[in-house]
Amino acid sequence: MRSLSGAHGAVGLMAALLLPCITAVAQVDLTGNWVALYHEDAPERLPGPALGDYLELPINEAARMRADSYHPNRISAVQEYQCRPHGGDYSMRGLSVPMRVWGEYDPDTQQLVAIRTRMAWMEMERTIYMDGRPHPPAYERHTWQGFSTGVWEGNTLKTTTTHFKPSYLRRNGMPRSSKATLTEVWARHGNYLTVLTYIDDPAFLTEPLVRTSNWALEPNAQMRPNSCTPAPEVPVPEGTVPHVMPGETPFGREFSELFGVPYDATRGGADTLYPEYRMTMGEVPTAPRCSRYCICTGLGNCPE
Amino acid sequence: MRPHLLQWLSAAALTTLLAAPALSQQSENPADAEIHVLPVQGNVYMLVGPRGNAALQVGYDGILLVDTQTAELVPKIAERIDELAENPVRYIIINTHVHPDHSGGNQALSNMGRQETGVATEIVAHENVLVRMTAPPDESAPETQLSPEGWPTMAYFLPYRDIHFNGEPIEILHQPAAHTDGDSLVWFRRSDVVSTGDIYTPERYPVIDLDRGGRVQGVIDALNRIIRIAVPEDKQEGGTKVIPGHGRLSEEADVVEYRDMGTIIRDRVQALIDDGMSLEEVQAARPSLDYDTEYGADSGFWTTEMFVEAVYRSLSE
Repeated sequence: MRSLSGAHGAVGLMAALLLPCITAVAQVDLTGNWVALYHEDAPERLPGPALGDYLELPINEAARMRADSYHPNRISAVQEYQCRPHGGDYSMRGLSVPMRVWGEYDPDTQQLVAIRTRMAWMEMERTIYMDGRPHPPAYERHTWQGFSTGVWEGNTLKTTTTHFKPSYLRRNGMPRSSKATLTEVWARHGNYLTVLTYIDDPAFLTEPLVRTSNWALEPNAQMRPNSCTPAPEVPVPEGTVPHVMPGETPFGREFSELFGVPYDATRGGADTLYPEYRMTMGEVPTAPRCSRYCICTGLGNCPE
Repeated sequence: MRPHLLQWLSAAALTTLLAAPALSQQSENPADAEIHVLPVQGNVYMLVGPRGNAALQVGYDGILLVDTQTAELVPKIAERIDELAENPVRYIIINTHVHPDHSGGNQALSNMGRQETGVATEIVAHENVLVRMTAPPDESAPETQLSPEGWPTMAYFLPYRDIHFNGEPIEILHQPAAHTDGDSLVWFRRSDVVSTGDIYTPERYPVIDLDRGGRVQGVIDALNRIIRIAVPEDKQEGGTKVIPGHGRLSEEADVVEYRDMGTIIRDRVQALIDDGMSLEEVQAARPSLDYDTEYGADSGFWTTEMFVEAVYRSLSE
């Protein structure tokens, strides 16, 4: 086609004019109480990841070194770590049930202004602006949940989030920087919800980190307040920051040996994400008899 | 714009000769850049310029400005002040340290304050700032030389100074041997805001100006003091706001992250020194590798290599 006809042009113009209105109207109802389904990555998400588990993370050398230097005592010795919520990119990964989703509408126009979410744990709330507003300038305050905007793409909601405080890609010291951008695709299918997330972090990722989380609608789900007051847990001098010196990590091979995963694979990196990597692994060590999270999730249902 | 504005604009233009290459840069063309106003909390605003941030407190007593940025930006700073304040009674300027990207506008803004109110503008800073500004011209550091009209008029020599202005107590806390030897934190107690100068710059490694008395331990001590002052509202968020010398508006959690970085790199460099390594060997070991993608730079006025060298020399004394 060499050129648009007049009629086509008019239709295109009308579509362009109507687009802002269309994007502000909900395409599918995402509201309600949702409970997380943990069949995916349960050990990481429920009891928490093992130190040294960098599997499936397309990280760079800096991220690996930072995670290696993480000492678990930090969350006790540094009081300011005690009441940190997850970052907005991780909140769907952790023990967050339930998640409440609701909409905020302009009272006069009934246009959808924002979709809001709240997780029970640490009262993590997000606002996903649907009114076309831009993201704030870089010098504005960054928050744990970041600043989110969304658009409808057919029956899916696509969100973009920036302005994060520094946080983690995984709860074992694997960092995520304030430079990261989170993109999500929310897709409802019946009473189930799938949220696909991909994180771009120029500081620590060489490729986007892609993950999914699944939820089930639960109209009867209850949500209670979840307060947190930090307090000194151990008597340490002011300014103490527990960390592990480079090359001295005592945890490095524990995860590999416990689960029989080749050590190099546990170190992460984009090349370890793809099936071709298996061809480079050589002889895979025999996994020892399963001793942790074998038939349970770690949430009080593991046999003694 | 007030009628007298043009008068001191010309004076400000004259002082552009003092606009030597700034020690800190957020933009290559500061003269073309804007000064953005970000309401922070209470009656405190953050002025975001191409060469860094300033804090502005506005009220019935007048104008209090923490740092004056560079001389060529003064007209634009004045425009922003004009928009926020009506008939100020007097002006107070506080310099967090001596560097010209934070004190270069002293003279022009001081003159503006005096002409506008008829009251002499107070310029407050630690005495080491005054000492460095009034020292015989240093050919190696001409950018720190200001004309006498830009010198502090109220230098303090105790560990702190406090004033009450615009309805709130303001503590000026000296942080010895940090970014320089004359650093001050400025704590607006009612507004619950801390202005840090270049002790805290969340998007780059801290500049440690060894020649002007800066040391890595002083930077870490100062960051710990900011953390002690700051109180988050809930879930390590909200509450006290922190205005950095450069970079985004922050809170305690952001400073904690930055303090952790400084502490961990200090410990690593110290361990390498204890192993008998030379500066070149320490730099080759890349003790800051895991932080370089967040705070480091391969070029510009403050590179990763320079930061590691400053840490090394701080700890080798």
